[in-house]
Order: sequence, then structure tokens, then C-alpha cells
Amino acid sequence: MKHYRYLFMRRFTQVAVLLLYIGANAWGWKILRGDLSASSLLGVVPLADPYAVVQIAVTGATLGMDIILGALIVTFFYGVIGGRAFCSWVCPINMITDTAAWLRRKLRLSEIQKRFYISRSLRYWILGLSLVLSAVMGVAAFELISPVSMAHRGAVFGMGMGGGALAVIFLFDLLVHENGWCGYICPLGASYALIGKFSLIRVHHDANKCTDCRDCITVCPEKEVLHMINRSSESVLMGECTNCGRCVDVCKEDALGFSIRSQLKQSKDEE
Amino acid sequence: MKSSPSNDRRYFLLSIARGIGLSAMGALVWSAYVGEVKAAPLVLRPPGALSENEFIKNCIKCGLCVEACPYDTLKLAKPGDNLPLGTPYFTPRTIPCYMCSDIPCVPVCPSGALNESSVSSYIQAQAKLNINRARMGLAVIDEESCIATWGIQCDACYRACPLMGQAITIEFSKNERTGKHAFLKPVVHADVCTGCGMCEHACVTQKAAIYVLPRALAMGEAGNHYIKGWDPKDEQRLDSIKKEVPHELTKTKLSEKSAIDSLNDESGL
Repeated sequence: MKHYRYLFMRRFTQVAVLLLYIGANAWGWKILRGDLSASSLLGVVPLADPYAVVQIAVTGATLGMDIILGALIVTFFYGVIGGRAFCSWVCPINMITDTAAWLRRKLRLSEIQKRFYISRSLRYWILGLSLVLSAVMGVAAFELISPVSMAHRGAVFGMGMGGGALAVIFLFDLLVHENGWCGYICPLGASYALIGKFSLIRVHHDANKCTDCRDCITVCPEKEVLHMINRSSESVLMGECTNCGRCVDVCKEDALGFSIRSQLKQSKDEE
Repeated sequence: MKSSPSNDRRYFLLSIARGIGLSAMGALVWSAYVGEVKAAPLVLRPPGALSENEFIKNCIKCGLCVEACPYDTLKLAKPGDNLPLGTPYFTPRTIPCYMCSDIPCVPVCPSGALNESSVSSYIQAQAKLNINRARMGLAVIDEESCIATWGIQCDACYRACPLMGQAITIEFSKNERTGKHAFLKPVVHADVCTGCGMCEHACVTQKAAIYVLPRALAMGEAGNHYIKGWDPKDEQRLDSIKKEVPHELTKTKLSEKSAIDSLNDESGL
């Protein structure tokens, strides 16, 4: 069971968060109301998606106090615990893309399919483009097409034809490109990668224990963040790491684990 | 490819050009879609909503107004509804706005897309929510299908109106066809109507003969240059204009030539 610890915790968090939102609309629960774009925690604390708020800001709209405050709170939270923790611990799309990636590994599609090149920085281009379009069109551009909000709103307020978008993402990740949506396209994930650039909670690698089995690299959705595996003992510092902990789970040698950034630096200096 | 300064430069320029080209292509498709989705003028927004253009700029699509609505009036636009995705709207024929006096949907809005002060009255500088100030739309009557204008007695919309006798009044006129009956026609007053849609909901015809349209769509505009001279308040607008315009008026030089009948002037032929 140890090898599924973080996976289990992540699924639990994802489902619990989704359920709290659904319960708010369906049964009037008052814990977490709204959706992932903006919500109200216990009716007191405002929360807002910083990327959505920036998009709204560049349209030239006068921002409400609650979404400014909400975006700051969320930015601070993920700035500390690791930006893309949102992607792997909260985002409902993660369950879809993880399933696609798992199925892809089981069917060994990556082995028979020649991998075509997409730049990992494509998502930052899309992020920039969305802001330009928001400013020009006078409406938050990514929010009108975001499959993430579509999926989440769909679960809470009614799906409509939104299921189509989710099916497209699943098939894209399964048949076209490994981790295609989350790893290359999604600008929301890109925004959290920027937010979490200097976060405190990091995966740390101990090269002395590593046997170079590369199990971690197989399961990692952002493989380039693990460039130090079997080379040097250091922390995963790239913002693209989603803190999903899957590498920690699968490592039989305990060569990977979560730790706090500042302590690591000190211990490194002492060495 | 051998790495030389000139090849490096070419590679760099090429990758920049490619990036710009792909971005432009993406932007074209994306903006076309966004423009298409944005252009949905036939949509009714919750009370206190900013003008449609400002509203879709501000709305963060959180659905807090939808959750606050006790009558399930408000819905979030789903994919397939052909409305700006995720924004709140209502369909009065199905469920109208019941005009709660505490307007639960407005104060919860975190983004400012629903503006509390536009649905508040100020009594001695004290803001108090007043749903009667909401302007969600305007009821419009299709006289062709309204059975009251045929001479059949029906005042369903008049009775359903929460501002009965103010937003909708009944106008009496003689029914010349029978010679002894009256037409009791409903008339909507745009300065009072909130656009709640209870009339549309109540209308007895197969397809509602009275229905709510967004105000920007339902109303014309006379323009500032028409002044109701018989209305002292409107007449005051002239005073402010007089103050703005300096007293020296522009003088056009009079023609020195004598006036001639232009139609008989053959000099130009």
C-alpha cells in the first residue's frame, strides 16, 4: 500500500474538493461554494483563480474586491506549497489525464508510436496569447474555452455538451501525445508553474540510494523535472513539477521524498 | 547543420518567425471563436448586472449567484446553450425572477459583474437593497397575438406583474366591432419595468405574447438633441448647455451676392 500513498491521498483530495462544490449547489452545503474560478470558503474567505483574475484585469474591467483578495490568497497558498499542486491535487482534469497516461503505459502506445515534437514551452505561449486576446476581445479568452472550468462547472452546475471537450482531452492524451494536455497545452497549469517557482515544498532526490531503475521517470508527467536522477542529490526545483508525489510512491529505494526547500539549502551548504 | 554564427542566426530568426506565425494562426481561430460566443445579445442577466459588454468582461463564472437563487431561476450557460460559456442567465418563460427583496444573488458576486449599488436606494445616505431598481430587461407585447387586443378579456400579465398598475397598466378603448364592449389592453412602462419576466411566465397564449428582451435590444434612443420643452426637468438640460457653450457664437459670413433662384440660374450651364 505504501507505493500508492500519495496517489490515494491525491484522489481523495480531488474527489473531496469536487464533492464539496457539488454539495454546495445540490444540497446547500456551506463549506465551499462557487467553482474553481472563484469560490467562497465557509462563506467568509474569498478564493479566486489568479489566472482568470489576470485575464479579467487585462480586459480593462474594474475588479471586485473579493476576487482580488481571493486571487492573492490562492497565489500565496500555492506559492508556498508548490504551484502545480493545484494540477495534481485539485484539478478534476487530472483524473482524466492520469487515466489516459496509465492506459497509454499499459497499452505500450509510447513504444509503438513515434513521438512527435511539441515544445514544453507551448503552454507559456498559449498563456501569453490568452492575455493578448483577452485585452483585444474584451473578455477573458481562456475562460471561454477552458476544459478545466468546463469540467468542474459541468460537475457542479450541469454538463451540457461539455463532456465532448473532456473526451477530446482523454483521446488526445491517449492516442496523440503522452501527457499532451497537462504537460504541453494547459495555460492554467502554466500559470501555477510560475506561481510555484519559489515554493517551499519540494521533492528531494538522494542519488546515493538511487539504483537507476527509472521507475520515477516512467510515471512522471513532467519528465524533464527529474533531470538529476542518479546524477546528483538535489531538489526538484523546476516550477513544472506538480508535486504529485507519484515518483516518491514508486521509488522502492526511498531515494525520493518530500522536504522543505530552505532546510535543504542549509544541509547542502553543510555538506 | 554546422553551427556557425550565420547558421545560428538563421535558426534563431526562423524559430522566431515560426513562433509568431503559429501564434497568429492560433489567435485567429481562437479570437473568431471568442467573438462568435460573445455575440449573444438575446440573453437576460441577473439583477444588478452591468451592461452586457462590461458584464462579460467582469464575470468570473463562479456560479455563486446561481447557488444563491432560491427559485432556481438563474442558470450557468453550458456548452451547447450557445451563450457566453459559464455566465449566468435566466429564461423567464420557464422560471422568471421572483424579485426577492433581499436580492440574494447580488451581494455574493465576487467580481463586481453584479453591481449592488445599481439595485440599491439611498435613503439619507443609507444604502438599502431595492429590487425595483433592477433593469434585467424590458417586457414587450406582440399585439398581433395578445388576445386582450382582440377583445378577449385577459389580464394575466397585468395581475402577475409585481409592480401591478405601474410597470403594466390597462388601457381601455371602445370595441367598435361589437359596439358594446371594451378592449382592455396591457401597456408596459419602460421606466418602471424591471424585466423580471413574471408576465411572460403568466401569459396564457401558446407562445408568450408578452416577453422580456434585453433593454439594449428592446429600446430605441431619441438622442440628446431632442428636448421635451413641455417638461421643466428636461428643459433644464438647456441651462447646462448654455453654460458650457461660450456666448460668442460662430458667425458665418453672409453671402454678398444677391439671392437668386438657383433653379433658374443658367450661368453654370
